Amino acid sequence: MGLALALVIGLITLGTVILFVGRFWWFPEAISEHGPSIDRQFMLTLTIIGIAFVLAQAALAFFIVRYRRRGEQRASYWHESPRLEVLWTTITAAVFITLAILGQRVWAQLHLNAPPPGALQVEVTAQQFVWNIRYPGPDGKFGRTRTELINDVDNPVGLDFTDPAAQDDIVTVNQMAIPVNRDIHVILRSKDVIHSFWVPPLRMKQDAVPGLAINIHFKAVKTGQFEIACAELCGLTHHRMRGFLLVLPEPEFQKWLQQRTNL
Amino acid sequence: MTQAVATHAAPKSFIRRYIFSTDHKVIGLQYLFLAMVAVAIGIVLSLYMRLRLAWPTERWPLLAKLFPNAMAGGTISPEFYLSLVTMHGTIMIFFVLTTAPLGGFGNYFLPIQVGAHDMAFPVLNMLSFWVTLAGFLVLMAAFFVSGGAPISGWTAYAPLSAVGEIAGPGLGMGQNLWILSIALFCIASLLGALNFITTTLNLRTKGMSMTRLPLTVWAWFTTAVLALLAFPVLLAGGILLLLDRVGGTSFFVPGGLIVSDKILPHKGGSPLLWQHLFWFFGHPEVYIAILPGMGITSHVLSTFARKPIFGYRAMVAAIFAIGLLGFLVWGHHMFVSGMSPYSAIAFSLLTLSIGVPSAIKTFNWLATLYKAQIRFTVPMLFALGFVSIFVTGGLSGIILGQTSLDIPMHDTYFVVAHFHLIMGVAAIFGIFAGTYYWFPKMFGRMMNETLGKLHFWLTFIGIYAIFIPMHVMGIAGHPRRYAETAGFDFLAPLQPLHVFITIAALITAGAQLLFFFNFFWSIWKGKKAEVNPWRATTLEWTIPSPPPHDNFGPQTPVVHHGPYEYSVPGAAEDYILQTAPPAPTKA
Repeated sequence: MGLALALVIGLITLGTVILFVGRFWWFPEAISEHGPSIDRQFMLTLTIIGIAFVLAQAALAFFIVRYRRRGEQRASYWHESPRLEVLWTTITAAVFITLAILGQRVWAQLHLNAPPPGALQVEVTAQQFVWNIRYPGPDGKFGRTRTELINDVDNPVGLDFTDPAAQDDIVTVNQMAIPVNRDIHVILRSKDVIHSFWVPPLRMKQDAVPGLAINIHFKAVKTGQFEIACAELCGLTHHRMRGFLLVLPEPEFQKWLQQRTNL
Repeated sequence: MTQAVATHAAPKSFIRRYIFSTDHKVIGLQYLFLAMVAVAIGIVLSLYMRLRLAWPTERWPLLAKLFPNAMAGGTISPEFYLSLVTMHGTIMIFFVLTTAPLGGFGNYFLPIQVGAHDMAFPVLNMLSFWVTLAGFLVLMAAFFVSGGAPISGWTAYAPLSAVGEIAGPGLGMGQNLWILSIALFCIASLLGALNFITTTLNLRTKGMSMTRLPLTVWAWFTTAVLALLAFPVLLAGGILLLLDRVGGTSFFVPGGLIVSDKILPHKGGSPLLWQHLFWFFGHPEVYIAILPGMGITSHVLSTFARKPIFGYRAMVAAIFAIGLLGFLVWGHHMFVSGMSPYSAIAFSLLTLSIGVPSAIKTFNWLATLYKAQIRFTVPMLFALGFVSIFVTGGLSGIILGQTSLDIPMHDTYFVVAHFHLIMGVAAIFGIFAGTYYWFPKMFGRMMNETLGKLHFWLTFIGIYAIFIPMHVMGIAGHPRRYAETAGFDFLAPLQPLHVFITIAALITAGAQLLFFFNFFWSIWKGKKAEVNPWRATTLEWTIPSPPPHDNFGPQTPVVHHGPYEYSVPGAAEDYILQTAPPAPTKA
């Protein structure tokens, strides 16, 4: 029984390691400036906990085989070993706290710093199963919005056109274009329930909370089209709340914006 | 500690004896049977979810018979899928993972292990079970009301849970019943917690000092303290949520909300407030579920390693540290919620600190096995399985606890894998270890060893087959609570994993039938059990199986030894009962 259990634990450990090392299913390639730092911290942590995982399971399997009952011999008798306990507690604490501190670096860069001046502002307003995207237009200012003016047919964010700043605002649905290699400042809002803006290649996820305007910033460094998913349960078709992030070279982005202005 | 012993005869009438009983053992069994009903339902719901995820468009006319309204047409619709998500989580967390290890085993064995004749407040104890049962029935009723069960998840995040049916099906009466059920459960748990704490502190028998308590008792005691402090917060939150729904208040709903093109009248509430209240309860709840499992594992490991548990004092300290830190880490559920990024850093550091006492426990379990004489009984297999799964599930917490790594991992299958392993499966392994271990005491018969071993193998391998692949699905970005992968191109490559996991889940769930069969068959047909079949040391093994109504009869046991005196050099046998006469003092 002991041999079999040790073998099974060994096989499970091996299988798990193969699944993680083989990367048959893995992160999509990172397209944001901060993405590789997150990936590096992930790999560092994964390596450390991977070693701990293998060592712990191996020790368990080894003890199971080595110390399975043999005859009527008695087990060894002792209660504790304070030195040993202090030793492994200190080592564990040092490793975990170091990881915790390292894990704050990207976080601080993303969330403790204000969006860089000159970043392109984009407002993302989530609502049940749709992403509404708004650009401030040529004047660089978001116009006034009013809740009463919202309607899903032609004014999804409730632009108040009596405000001159609102007249040039550009609103799109589920289509978010951004220029590559430029800081983007996203203002996240929600009209109804909590949603979460999640673009896996961007390594960016942030809840959109009704009543709050949440500011995030990032810089995409690769062009392409990527999916925006909702990562917070928001109701019936949460699993189909899909938008598209288009990362374009600056001139094409300007052209894209121009086309929307002319509509 | 002295106590007045009222030797009470067992009540004569069937109803007072088995239904409205104040006997902690009967109440413990009532909790266990409730948990067995709940876990059977919870597993069935999870299989429906798994079927939907593997084959989203398939029709299941036979399965639809169980849910004729929700499955009209025979398919598992997205809204029914979300109801299943909500109900599976709620049933499992409250009515299985809290009910079985604490309400069930805690009730049955805590008084016996401290040498008491019953709980401190037997009537309160009876009441806490019946309120729990009421909570369970109210929750089940949610399936049958118009709109069906709620779709807001077991976390019931406002405003989705607060604004009513306008936000989705099941968010009307179903959500109200959900809140009521949780409120009842909170009240019941408070009553239970008071009993556990008082009994441990005041009803210990002569010689049962705090340092001679079995680690199971320490675990139940700490769990009860957590329950006492955590459940009132959820209760308050639940009442406020109910008021937002039916009383026109705005605790969690901000102004200017537009749901389905309608402006809502609420003003000034905060969705984040609900999350803080919920997780202030919700994170300690994780430890409420797992601590008794740790206690049982320590207990069983020591018994079948035939060795004293390594580092008893460190184990007690670790239980306390986990309990204390458990109250300071709730914010790690909210890194990307919009909460202050500074508090996220504080929560992150505290969260990784909690890994330290958890690691101490693992080290001490392994050290207990070092130079042991391991007997591979079924309870021991599950205890060893617990250690393996606890390690696997715990380590991924080191990733999730880091703010920056939580950005890609939050609310993905990586989280699903992590918490199922650590608080679901590990806790269940603790429950299985406890069931196989204490069954002979509770029913006077042994469970079948062969069936038990088969159950272990299938479950142990099956669990890993289910949950390990979920980690990589999370790494690939798969959000949780998605009814299908069809909506997104980046999810398509993950579909084969869904099929694999569903097949593994079906087999693993089937293996649980072996357990249920073994359990009920053994109650009547199992081999007769001796008083102390495992040659264990603690007080429950000194009294008949099953124990009489007042446990120890007119005589109060007197304790002379620590709880884990195995293989003591020079002793006649390889274990010394806690009540064995003290060794003659050396001159």
